[in-house]
Amino acid sequence: MARNDRGLAFWLLALFFAGFVLFLYGPMLVIVVLSFQGPDGGLTFPLRGMSLHWFYKLAQGLGVVDIGAALKRSMLLGLVVMGFTVVLSVLAGLAFRKKLAGGNALFFIVVASLIMPSIIVSLGIGLEFRLLDTGIKRALESLGMDGVLEGYGTSLGLFTSALGAHLTWTLPFGLLIMFAIFNRFNPAYEEAARDLGATPWQGFRHVVLPLIAPSVVGVGMFGFTLSWDEIARTSQAIGDVNTLPLELQGLTTTVTTPSIYALGTVTTLVSLLVVVVALGLGRWLNQRQKRGRA
Amino acid sequence: MAAWWQALPLTAVFVLFFIVPLALILMVSFWDFNEYELLPDFTAKHYLAVFEGCFNTDAMCVTFKTYLSTIKFSVLVWLITLIVGFTVSYFVAFHVRSPGIQTVLFVLCTIPFWTSNVIRMISWVPLLGRNGLANQTLVGAGLVDAPVEWLLFSDFSVVLAFVHLYTMFMIVPIFNSMMRIDRSLIEAASDSGASAWQTLWNVIVPLSRTGIIIGSIFVITIVMGDFVTIGVMGGQQIASIGKVIQVQTSYLQFPLAAANAVILLGIVLMIIWALTRLVDIRKEL
Repeated sequence: MARNDRGLAFWLLALFFAGFVLFLYGPMLVIVVLSFQGPDGGLTFPLRGMSLHWFYKLAQGLGVVDIGAALKRSMLLGLVVMGFTVVLSVLAGLAFRKKLAGGNALFFIVVASLIMPSIIVSLGIGLEFRLLDTGIKRALESLGMDGVLEGYGTSLGLFTSALGAHLTWTLPFGLLIMFAIFNRFNPAYEEAARDLGATPWQGFRHVVLPLIAPSVVGVGMFGFTLSWDEIARTSQAIGDVNTLPLELQGLTTTVTTPSIYALGTVTTLVSLLVVVVALGLGRWLNQRQKRGRA
Repeated sequence: MAAWWQALPLTAVFVLFFIVPLALILMVSFWDFNEYELLPDFTAKHYLAVFEGCFNTDAMCVTFKTYLSTIKFSVLVWLITLIVGFTVSYFVAFHVRSPGIQTVLFVLCTIPFWTSNVIRMISWVPLLGRNGLANQTLVGAGLVDAPVEWLLFSDFSVVLAFVHLYTMFMIVPIFNSMMRIDRSLIEAASDSGASAWQTLWNVIVPLSRTGIIIGSIFVITIVMGDFVTIGVMGGQQIASIGKVIQVQTSYLQFPLAAANAVILLGIVLMIIWALTRLVDIRKEL
């Protein structure tokens, strides 16, 4: 702490920190390395040659699981969740800057959703849609629409129950980030715009949005990556088809080849790519903003 | 009025996918069911079933055992993540001088949070498994004769994975609290003759209280409701409340699962209530 003393405490703490980072990244690096295991290699070291063998195997599908289809589903769901998270969080963030009747209650609910055990949320949503199914079937029955009734499966699905389940997880992060942004936001720019005759929409579009854009990218990143890896809340609230992480969780007990590491490498790569793109985009927007101001 | 419209979509999502489902859980926990369907009713029998045999025998009933095991994991993980998270945050906040490097180190600690939890769990297999790196080393060095079995699919691996996955939830709020501490207070403490330890214990720890409490709420609630980590890292052999609910749901025993969920929720709410008595989250952002 003192200016020029990097004493024992500093080095011990630095060592502890380095150990922690190794603990965080070490295992992940191990499976990335092992996913390039040669065709004769197993789940553990030693490496028997280097190859893309297990990635080919992965592309062909693992057992009955169509990895490509699950990947596409998760990707699409992630993008939709991202879109909803960004738009709804920004809107609600704006709302909370004004006088909002019931704002405290809403904030309490959002935080409650964040810390609620996921299995409970998942069970509730699963239950909701099953009861909805029962209701719809009864209605169809009483209306005598047997043809429709026979074709009716379930209202549980990727873009109904699973989407909702993901939003209960991503929106709290989105809203908290928006609070953090607006707590540090200088309202003078907006007031200036209003004084110069800008409509509320123009003020938002040309003044507020460009200023908050770098952080809003972060909201989007949370939206996508949290959805991309979500298991607990989706588990009981998914219909006939699974997302990639759910398939992956099932595969941990059945797949005994390095293909599962290859899958791990692929999903981690997607997550990291999104993080890097988001950080880059945020930086770029920030710099553009600074240049504009200078 | 405009504010209300702007908040409406978000509110609608939480009403539809959070409030209504919770209300349904409460409602259905009093319903009856058979193999085919849920039967509207008002019966407490599922609650009684959860606690069956808990109050009249010497041996502990399954429910209490499960809760005890879950609470044991919560306390252990909470303690370890708190100590590790606090130490890491303390180092970055007070011992790293350049703000740029502080940011880099902080981001370094948070990046894994954005990658898949299951992948991070199974990444321990090649290290801790029967033929894993740890056992190869131990056997190779002649420290043990046969591979150590308790490294994987055990209480140990479950705690390890929890710490691996969720220390981040401690680091972020504690680091945030620490960065808000006025540095002149630290100088004042040291000018008044406080040792580094005294400053740490009497200035930094109390001022990081909010972050510590928020982190604690996250970690404890996650572990209390977990079934994925305990499932994967416990080799599907260790019980937890979350797992009980998950299994009952998969057998479509919704009223039973719902009763268990209500009880779990009650316990978690009590813990959170006790912790939030000490902090106002919204002021901290």
